[in-house]
Amino acid sequence: MSRPRLIKEASAPLQLEKELLLRIHDLMVKTRALEERLIQMYKQGHGYFWIGGPGEEAFNVPLGMLMKVGQGPDYDYLHAHYRQSGTILAFGEEPIGALRQMKNTATDPYSGGRNFAGHFSLKKYNVAPVSSPIEVQYAVAPGTAMVQKRHGGDGITIVTGGDAGTAEGDFASCLVWSTRPANPLPILIIVTNNKWGISTAGDDQHGEKHIADRAKAFGIPAKTINGNDPIESYNELKTAMEYVRKERKPYFIEAMVSRLYGHSSASGANLVGNEVDCLKQFEERLEQEGHMTRQQMDELRNRYTEDMAAAARQVRDEPQPSPDSIWKHIYAEDK
Amino acid sequence: MANMAQAIRMALHYAEENLGVTDIFGEDVGMPLGGVFTCTQGLKTTWNSPLDERGIIGAAMGIAMGGGRPVAEIQFCDYVYNTIDLLKLAGNTCWSTNGDWNMPMVVRTPVGSGIRGSIYHSHSFDATMTHIPGWKVVMPSTPLDAYGLLITACKEQNPVMFLEPKALLRVKGEERIPGEPDDDRQLSKMIDAPLGDRTQWKAQWPALQEYAVPFGKGKLVREGNQVTVVSYGRTLPLCAKAAATLADEGISTEVIDLRSLWPYDWEMIKASVQKTGRVLFVNEDTEVTNFGEHLMRRTVEELFYSLLAAPKLLAGKFIPGIGLADSLEMASVPQQNDITDAIRKLAAEQP
Repeated sequence: MSRPRLIKEASAPLQLEKELLLRIHDLMVKTRALEERLIQMYKQGHGYFWIGGPGEEAFNVPLGMLMKVGQGPDYDYLHAHYRQSGTILAFGEEPIGALRQMKNTATDPYSGGRNFAGHFSLKKYNVAPVSSPIEVQYAVAPGTAMVQKRHGGDGITIVTGGDAGTAEGDFASCLVWSTRPANPLPILIIVTNNKWGISTAGDDQHGEKHIADRAKAFGIPAKTINGNDPIESYNELKTAMEYVRKERKPYFIEAMVSRLYGHSSASGANLVGNEVDCLKQFEERLEQEGHMTRQQMDELRNRYTEDMAAAARQVRDEPQPSPDSIWKHIYAEDK
Repeated sequence: MANMAQAIRMALHYAEENLGVTDIFGEDVGMPLGGVFTCTQGLKTTWNSPLDERGIIGAAMGIAMGGGRPVAEIQFCDYVYNTIDLLKLAGNTCWSTNGDWNMPMVVRTPVGSGIRGSIYHSHSFDATMTHIPGWKVVMPSTPLDAYGLLITACKEQNPVMFLEPKALLRVKGEERIPGEPDDDRQLSKMIDAPLGDRTQWKAQWPALQEYAVPFGKGKLVREGNQVTVVSYGRTLPLCAKAAATLADEGISTEVIDLRSLWPYDWEMIKASVQKTGRVLFVNEDTEVTNFGEHLMRRTVEELFYSLLAAPKLLAGKFIPGIGLADSLEMASVPQQNDITDAIRKLAAEQP
């Protein structure tokens, strides 16, 4: 069976300033430590289901760092999928929220114990609720982009999904609705391509050479990038977001990423040996170019691992939602 | 008096002028057609969407999340099935986010038989829609109620499914919309788009007033003390007519127009059934897992000892579609005679 392939090898010198490189690295480590703790919680019985994004940090962290974070059409809307803890942490969310969602506590800030891990939702940061169906966000995203186009300013809509979801009609809807000649929309359409749909290999399902080619047919500038390289991700996302902000038109990125722990707990949530580990690769480069020592990186990893363990212990003692809370928030006036 | 299509148009005009409606859209909703049933002619925020129902519902959700107030149309309810998981998502968004996000959006779609629409233009959607929690679901049977319910819908913070009984869209009301001119021809000249070239045409809107029908409140259409009939949409006027006919035979029938299916006016049904002891639920959706079945279950559970006869449901046949031939359509969904017969039998039934 096929596995993700790097578009180009990570051998070019690191092009970003040291401070930025260290910030990206820090967030990637923090995200990885969070995801590993979530998996551990699941395996220890402190959660019913795990799904997340270890292997996508090199793409998701720069995305979150580059977003214009706030509430309302002046800021960026994120219609995410469930592998984006890196994006959420990058714009300042505390990891304990994700742990609370895993433990389905009443304190879970994203759903109050109602939804799976990785199903983030934050109105105050324009993060639309993540939904388990893998494609619906592609149909919803043009709506916020329409509001932003009319509103003016430089806020944009960002929608992300996996390659498997592009088989659904909602993906086509997104391309069609974003490029109506009467009203092209300020939307960054992203597909993170890990070449898998649960256990279905992408090569068995996708006839097109690159998913990005489908966007080209709609006249959308489109690129396939190495999402395992945080520098390339950062630079390509920056270019793409600047284009969308200024031109008020769509842009398309297909990011080739890894799926380090399989689809979810349904497939065991065990480390997959033959996937590229973006964090490991990035650390080798940071060390090689003298930005960090191995010891510094190990210390950072240990610190975050300990932080997550402490947070998980705290979460374990927090209350579950009360049974009668099922009747709350069916309608908005119940707020 | 205005017909229901005109009433809907006037409510939407009122809503875009006064209630912050930002987008009225769907297939053929904008100019030149203004809706296949003319419900959206002359409005200022209308636009034509791609022929993509999932895109329409998805965009409405996104517009609502972005702070807009959309009124989306699915041209016939038969095509809304394509969007069922998005409807589920819109309905669960407030709940699943623990009250963080809400969805102030209205979806309008014509439902039911009566225009010889064949298999894909005749179905009902009340049974399916009332099965999706988080939505409010309404279906008017008069132009004034259509106006009042749509105004309420456009003020909601929650998703509202506004079901339009297509057989009644061209039927004139018996009550005036507040602000509507007395003369029907004058109203038509003002707000009905002319045939042919409409590029220069603009509606002349009457000075409409707000009139909001609250959700969850039924309407007592006719008082009676022997049989209660609960209906909505196309079958409601048939029930009212049957009650009038049966009054001549000495049968006293109380008729309730539910208007609002979720939430619904249980208190009105309960008070009536406690008075009459006999109840018939009438609608035209297919009869298996019909919304009327829910009402029957509740009637049996809560009002069993008030009943003088078993509650009855008269609904559409459980068949895959409504055939084009007149004989097929008439046999598939309740008609005037079916309703009259059912009330007569129920009135005569003895414990």
